[in-house]
Amino acid sequence: MKSMSNTKDMTMKQWLHNKKRRSYSVILLIFIGLCVTVAVSLIGILIGFILYRGLGHISWEFLTTARSALRGTIGILPNILYTFYLIITTLLIVLPIGIGAAIYLNEYATNRRLVRIIEFTTETLAGIPSIIYGLVGFLLFAQGLGLRVSILAGALTLSILSLPTIVRTTQEALRTVPLSYREGAFALGATKWYMIRTIILPSSIDGIITGVILAIGRMVGESAALLFTAGTGYALVTNYFQALGTSGGTLSVALFVYATEHGNFNVSFAIASILVIIVLLLNFSVKLVKRKLRKVK
Amino acid sequence: MNIISANKLSLHYGDFQALRDIDLDVPAREITALIGPSGCGKSTFLRTLNRMNDLIPGVKITGEITYHGEDIYAPQVDVTALRKSIGMVFQKPNPFPMSIYDNISYGPKLHASLSKSELNDLVERSLHGAALWDEVKDRLKKSALSLSGGQQQRLCIARALSVSPDVLLMDEPTSALDPASTMKIEELMGQLKQDYTVIIVTHNMQQAARISDKTAFFLTGDLVESGQTDQIFTLPRDKRTEDYITGRFG
Repeated sequence: MKSMSNTKDMTMKQWLHNKKRRSYSVILLIFIGLCVTVAVSLIGILIGFILYRGLGHISWEFLTTARSALRGTIGILPNILYTFYLIITTLLIVLPIGIGAAIYLNEYATNRRLVRIIEFTTETLAGIPSIIYGLVGFLLFAQGLGLRVSILAGALTLSILSLPTIVRTTQEALRTVPLSYREGAFALGATKWYMIRTIILPSSIDGIITGVILAIGRMVGESAALLFTAGTGYALVTNYFQALGTSGGTLSVALFVYATEHGNFNVSFAIASILVIIVLLLNFSVKLVKRKLRKVK
Repeated sequence: MNIISANKLSLHYGDFQALRDIDLDVPAREITALIGPSGCGKSTFLRTLNRMNDLIPGVKITGEITYHGEDIYAPQVDVTALRKSIGMVFQKPNPFPMSIYDNISYGPKLHASLSKSELNDLVERSLHGAALWDEVKDRLKKSALSLSGGQQQRLCIARALSVSPDVLLMDEPTSALDPASTMKIEELMGQLKQDYTVIIVTHNMQQAARISDKTAFFLTGDLVESGQTDQIFTLPRDKRTEDYITGRFG
């Protein structure tokens, strides 16, 4: 209001050509521009440095063999397989539970207070440091259930770790479906489950898949929760069911092991660049999924 | 003959009473218009007729609604069957995010397993019934969301017709549409009443006067007056009805 009173002392030209107001916005614009530049270039430098240090050490042999102490060669095929097994197993466990829970919370639960408590709990779970999940998983699955340090124990731990993310992203996707679709289906005599199956899930599938891909990205990058539960094994096991019972280090864990136990940073950076590429690909696939599945709508 | 009757129907949302002792008979194969200012309970009443209010938590209904003499709130009533017989068209067109064809075949697939050709026939008949066939017959596989607002609303009418209901509930079906589309839907309703009982909620009193046979006037949860549309609009018995239809409030 103060500036308004100034109009009395100014000509209209002075008022309209107010330099002070304009210079404020120019300063702000420069500041914001700087922030963006710093943020983008940090990411750029980080990715560029990792790829520069790592890509040169990746060879066909590196990707397709197991490490051999006798021959003194290093290969990460087992770690690639373990990462893959772990993700598949985790998804098999967490998707039915997580998506089912989200559907229940969003479509069936009538006790709003209970829903709020559950949502608060899942959000809190999502904020717990993953090393704690590792510790709990070790005590609960590896020792308590007698699964020992194995891919299965790791997958169960990762399932708990990613459950909150899956529940939340699925719930958010379900919430985007307008009430009018539900009403339209009910008014035709659809039962609730039929409506969910034919209307709600198809029209929220892009959001659900996006959430799953982002969760996979987190699994790929997870190390702390797996160190105690899935372990650091590097023997080549191609049989999936046999692998479930063996200790196996994922790529992220292998990165850690090579850097700390062997001091071999060339291998660590090679693995790091593979991880960066995987995560970038996953993020691009999110965009692709959104575009492809949106078209159906 | 009355197809639907409400007897002493009251409805509460929690502590708030939205409908108070409503008695109303709906004659078969006529258009009954429910009019009244916003918040008077006319849409709430409409939604009790196919039990759409069941979806809202905290709703309590007392009194009785009979459909062909049967109490629709009796515990053994199959809501699915009730909603198949009493179809509904909403204020905002709400086609599903799928093709025109799939929108129409959605309902029939729910209730019966039909062959491909039976479904094709049904889709064509329903679209004819909603006077939409000629406009969409060449693009049945296109997304229903590509249609104009007026076409989408007629698609929703066709979708409601696809399960061969006996009553059509329409909740301000033209309030989101332009005048040309509104006229098409009004004309369509004139045809529909030959085969269906239509109950329409409308804000537009001219619309009620133009198309309906019977009119019921709601005010703050009470049914003030109901009767033949001619009588309501020319010789209202209640002072409040007269004030409303002459535009003194609302």
